[in-house]
Amino acid sequence: MASNKKYWKSVEELKDSSIVETLSKNEFVDEIATDDFLGDKETLENSSTSRRDFLKYVGFTTAAASLAACEGPVRKSIPYVVKPNDIIAGVADWYATSMADGYDFANVLVKTREGRPIQIMPNKEANGTTTARVQAAILSLYDEKLRLKEPSKSGEVISWADADNAIGAQLASFKNQNKPVVLLTGTLASPSTEQIIAEFIEAYPNTRHVVYDSVSESGAADAMLAMYGKRALPNYHLNKAKTIVSFGADFLSDFHGGFEKSYVNGRKPETGEMSYHVQFESNMSLTGANADKRVVVKPSDQIFALLNLYNAITGNTVASKSTPVDAEVKKMAAELKKNGNKSVVLTGLNDKNAQLVAFAINEALQSDVFDTTNTLNIRQGNDVEVAQLISDMKAGKIAGVLTHNVDPIYSSANATAFAEGLEKVALSVALSTEDSATVNASTYALPTPHFLESWGDTQFDNVTYGLMQPTIQPLFNTRQFQDTLLKWSGNTTTYYEYLKAHASTTILEGSSWSTVLHNGYYKRSIVNQDTFKSTVSIASAAAELFSGAKKASGFELNLYTKTGLGDGRQANNPWLQEFPDPITRTSWDNYLTMSIADAKALGFSNPVKDNGAINGDYAKISLNGIEAVVPVLIQPGQAKGSVGLALGFGKTFGLKEAMQVGVNAYPFYTNSNNIQYGLTIEKTPGYHEFACTQVQKTIAGRHDILKVASLKEYKTVEPKDHHHGWNKPAYVSYDHQEVEANTIDLWDEHNRELGHHFNLSIDLTSCTGCGACVVACHAENNVPVVGKREVRVGRDMHWLRIDRYYSSSVETREDAKELGLSRGDTYKALETEAENPEVTFQPMMCQHCNHAPCETVCPVAATTHGRQGQNQMTYNRCVGTRYCANNCPYRVRRFNWFEYANNNQFDFNMNNQYGKMVLNPDVVVRGRGVMEKCSMCIQMTQATILEAKKEGRPVNTDEFETACSSACTTGSLVFGDVNNKEDKVTALAKDKRAYNVLDYLQTKPNVIYQVKIKNTNEA
Amino acid sequence: MKSVLLHSKIVNKLLKGFAIVLLFSISLNSYSQDVDAARQAEGRKLFKSLCASCHKLDKKLVGPALGGVEGRRENEWLLAWIRNNVELRASGDKDAIAIYEEYNGSPMSAFPQLSDGQINDILYYTTVGDPVKQVAATAGAAVSVGDGSGGAPKWIIYLLAAAIIVAFLMIASLLKQVNELKGKKSENKSNIKRDLQELWLGVKGNTFLHVLTTIFVLLMSAYIVFGTLYKVGVNEGYMPLQPIAFSHKIHSGENKIECQYCHSSAKHSKHSGIPSVNVCMNCHENIAEVAEGTVVEWDGVTYGKAQLDKEIAKVYDAAGWDPEELEYTGKTKPIKWVRIHNLPDFAYFNHSQHVTVGGIECQKCHGPVETYDEMRQYSPLTMGWCINCHRETKVDLKGTEYYDNIHKELAEKYNVDKVTIAQLGGLECGKCHY
Repeated sequence: MASNKKYWKSVEELKDSSIVETLSKNEFVDEIATDDFLGDKETLENSSTSRRDFLKYVGFTTAAASLAACEGPVRKSIPYVVKPNDIIAGVADWYATSMADGYDFANVLVKTREGRPIQIMPNKEANGTTTARVQAAILSLYDEKLRLKEPSKSGEVISWADADNAIGAQLASFKNQNKPVVLLTGTLASPSTEQIIAEFIEAYPNTRHVVYDSVSESGAADAMLAMYGKRALPNYHLNKAKTIVSFGADFLSDFHGGFEKSYVNGRKPETGEMSYHVQFESNMSLTGANADKRVVVKPSDQIFALLNLYNAITGNTVASKSTPVDAEVKKMAAELKKNGNKSVVLTGLNDKNAQLVAFAINEALQSDVFDTTNTLNIRQGNDVEVAQLISDMKAGKIAGVLTHNVDPIYSSANATAFAEGLEKVALSVALSTEDSATVNASTYALPTPHFLESWGDTQFDNVTYGLMQPTIQPLFNTRQFQDTLLKWSGNTTTYYEYLKAHASTTILEGSSWSTVLHNGYYKRSIVNQDTFKSTVSIASAAAELFSGAKKASGFELNLYTKTGLGDGRQANNPWLQEFPDPITRTSWDNYLTMSIADAKALGFSNPVKDNGAINGDYAKISLNGIEAVVPVLIQPGQAKGSVGLALGFGKTFGLKEAMQVGVNAYPFYTNSNNIQYGLTIEKTPGYHEFACTQVQKTIAGRHDILKVASLKEYKTVEPKDHHHGWNKPAYVSYDHQEVEANTIDLWDEHNRELGHHFNLSIDLTSCTGCGACVVACHAENNVPVVGKREVRVGRDMHWLRIDRYYSSSVETREDAKELGLSRGDTYKALETEAENPEVTFQPMMCQHCNHAPCETVCPVAATTHGRQGQNQMTYNRCVGTRYCANNCPYRVRRFNWFEYANNNQFDFNMNNQYGKMVLNPDVVVRGRGVMEKCSMCIQMTQATILEAKKEGRPVNTDEFETACSSACTTGSLVFGDVNNKEDKVTALAKDKRAYNVLDYLQTKPNVIYQVKIKNTNEA
Repeated sequence: MKSVLLHSKIVNKLLKGFAIVLLFSISLNSYSQDVDAARQAEGRKLFKSLCASCHKLDKKLVGPALGGVEGRRENEWLLAWIRNNVELRASGDKDAIAIYEEYNGSPMSAFPQLSDGQINDILYYTTVGDPVKQVAATAGAAVSVGDGSGGAPKWIIYLLAAAIIVAFLMIASLLKQVNELKGKKSENKSNIKRDLQELWLGVKGNTFLHVLTTIFVLLMSAYIVFGTLYKVGVNEGYMPLQPIAFSHKIHSGENKIECQYCHSSAKHSKHSGIPSVNVCMNCHENIAEVAEGTVVEWDGVTYGKAQLDKEIAKVYDAAGWDPEELEYTGKTKPIKWVRIHNLPDFAYFNHSQHVTVGGIECQKCHGPVETYDEMRQYSPLTMGWCINCHRETKVDLKGTEYYDNIHKELAEKYNVDKVTIAQLGGLECGKCHY
């Protein structure tokens, strides 16, 4: 029964760990170390500071401080000389633009204040979505440490004219001698830029264009080329799916750019229909965590399972092997066939043959979900061409290399070969936004602007054409890549003019440029492609796949990207570094994820320290002579015999010291294959200190935090049924009678029907744990970054966190005891279950309780309740007693232990003049010693009210927003005014799935959770 | 460091005195011409309303300087030109075409509505110029009045001090006389001393007096300490020296320019906005100098025309305007005004909420700005001051649809028709602190 299920957060909780026990009762475990100095009599006696001296110092400093406070500083007000028409100081302007940095692509809206972009939000009109990385890209704009500021040659600053002349002369001489030049870029997905490159190649026929993606999906693109005649990624309309079977495809994270929106659209319990999603995978991925059923299987077995599925669906008999999950595969084959064109199979293996087999299955199913017409233009990287380029460079066959925003010296498995090759090249030019090892190794470094400073266009799928427009004047002496190429090809038009002409003539089909620029996107009609006759043989592809899947001895390494750092492009972004991984809840690190069984066999453990921090043993891993020392994190649900390691970490060149964390996994990424066989692991001495928040902020062992029900239960069982209900209210004993908790109350109720009353509804069914809201909250509320050491000791400042709970169907120790299991058996049972736990995400922020426990204990009334339902925190009134945090059952209050702004000890964005430009001027930067927490974006609700008042109208339906709710891609977070009957949230607040966390405490929160519904595929 | 006090007092006084002497000496210059004041006034009025945007008497602006134009052109030609210069040019008049070309073909508006008399009045005005005021006397009087009213409290204090001293002396002499009457003539001096000593001993021995004095001293010091500390950070009257002697009195008071013409963002934004230099230039492109006799009290000094024209030149410098060539040079530099109203970071204040929604006059918080030469902080800007207003001000719930629902419910449920801001939640901490 769902409500009997027990939830746990860390493997340590399964053991009889006294520390976890203590932590569950106590938020602040560290005793104040008074004995350290008071107990030491000798030190006290030897001290030259007497009690009298001490008082003198105190007196003097107090007097000095109060004297200094008597006169304030003189502040200047400097107006514009000529004010731009569209800027009113203090009023935000929004621009529609597109993000395209080579890895992340999105249609976005950018909020600017006084000409400074301060926030990125999805352009919902364009069906745009944002991830944590897209949200955080705003801070990368202001990265004064890494951004290139001036054009330079071998480290010496030169002028653009000099650079143009010198490079132009060299390019001309190469052209005359017909020496090959290569233009190496990331995925551009920009029609106009591709046109410009084509013209550049026309001007310099000795040039070829190679696309390089640090994290490649070349396999799928090549398979598409072979089977459908175009090199692009297929699109998956998961909202149409009834059955989804995925073999290691992390499609809620970075697989093909992510499909979370369409996935969640196909899983709405209120419609009575939900797709049934089964994930076969080895690493615990975000997608696996959200799956209805997760089947743990090693990567090598995934290949055979895929082949077995192919056989079962098509009736063919390609060579394969039996796997431990064949029973599941058989079941799923039947399920897929049953739902026919409403089912889909995906695989995350970056292998052309594996992709071909998956495509063939979808063809056999005649899947409507699988779309090869409106394809995706991201991840155009071509592994074969890149490999060819590196060998050509090494052989000295290439005369010139022009790179644009790529860093193979960091992100290629052949980094050394590339670096050697680059030295042999006569002309190496790096056009780049940020400094990198590759830029450093090139002769010329030409700065290009950030996408928020640029003109451009994007076309990530065949329908949505997005325009990119500058939202700020260039911060540095930069010139766009496209302008540079135009200039070098002898074209005198500026890129802006070129783009406008290109869009108007070839794309906009008569629509006005200004309208499209204003909207940020244009929906193109798809021209039907010629029917392509594929000559590819699936049988031979399957045979090749089978023979390639040699089962080598040793561990299988599954390389993956994290939702936070992705391919490591934004590694110098403190928001992303501090963003805890949704699964492991660890920030500032990557690590080797290992199954519980393997860890036990090899002797790895993750002891929890008394301050709630986690340590990990180091492992020396080696693969074909490449070695690295990596900390190990035990991951429930990791396939036995496999380990996972995230790409994108371990970048060091030019980064701030604090950001140089983790281990670079790219050297293991041979042939851009995310699966590597034959890894050896050896335990090495020493232990690693993780900044992991998973055992911190516990909810004091309280239950009713999470409620999960199956779709069948949802449809058939009365939610409040006393015995079987899946959303039972809490009962308490009152006058020796069991009554519903909400019938008794300590306080008198206020009338909350007048004016606005805000509620936030969080749907646990559609929350995928992606974390876009976490970063949006950082940007909106000036939440400081505290760094690895502080996160480790539980002082992270996230106002909004996403708790991750594991659950197993076997009950906990107490239940096992009742069953009469011996101690040993209990652990065994629990650990077997822990091999593949269910995962639930729960965004947790201040619950804005109408009967708030924090408010009653504040001695200075610094936290009070507003008429509109918000629990208000008055920083200037707070004296920092922290009573409120201790009395908060939700553990959502955050204390400013230090001054995080203008402090060299916390050298993040609030400590430099560029980074500070991202701060939201409507929200104060908190000082040391005050408590802070989620304000339900009161600055946004107040602004909305003011807007309505100024226009003399009532607030529109669903006009109220918070940063998290506007950033939420899947619509899990819905904010609104429950006193407006039309607002979405009003109905949600009364929904049968709605519940309050810890409702027996009767704190009456204004944050409502919706019971998570899983499709268990029961009849 | 910020100083709330006025700038150097003594220098002010000396300069004022000097100015008075100077002005009196100037006032000896008499003016003798016989002027038809009525015609002059009428002409001046018309000139200011119709011509002044392009012409000055003594200086080239968009069009030529018009001082003494009657001496240069025939009256008939002038009448024709002013009434309709296009017609005149079309008729092939050489002079008309020449002057049109001299000013790069920028055409002058036609004034067919003017009668000959009116045009002649204008011309009369261009000949005789502005009426010469008896500047010295008025200005001098103004200065002395200002001086007197400003110094009054000080004098009273001195007077009181003198009175106290006199009273003390009187008491002393009385004591002396009493002693003399008592017949202790010989030990005159020592007697007073001894009496005082006796008095002191008496006081010293009286416990009640001790307690009373202690309580008094404690209360007084508490009062003083509290009063001093309470004023820390309250900058009422803060009047920093600004880079340009800009007088609100001239702009907003005398010329009646609407506050929000310059502070245009007050109705849209949280900031009232310091006008950008291009807003100044909307008018100052044509106003390069102040009128004769304009004075501004600035930092305790009276600025006359010469000084004030220099201040306008500062605006030109910032805007990159060349007043000779009448064109922008592109060499701009921002004006660094000193901010007067400094709310702390943790207090959120929104002008548009108060100006647009609340409909509050600027003067309510900023004081009679239109009478200030030098801008200063009028209100204390303390939280108590904000809250007081929120407690007292009734919200007009009618007439805006936003409040319709709230108004209806209030009336139905509580039978209340009018509420204060405080009752609507205007005292909640989170409304201003986030």
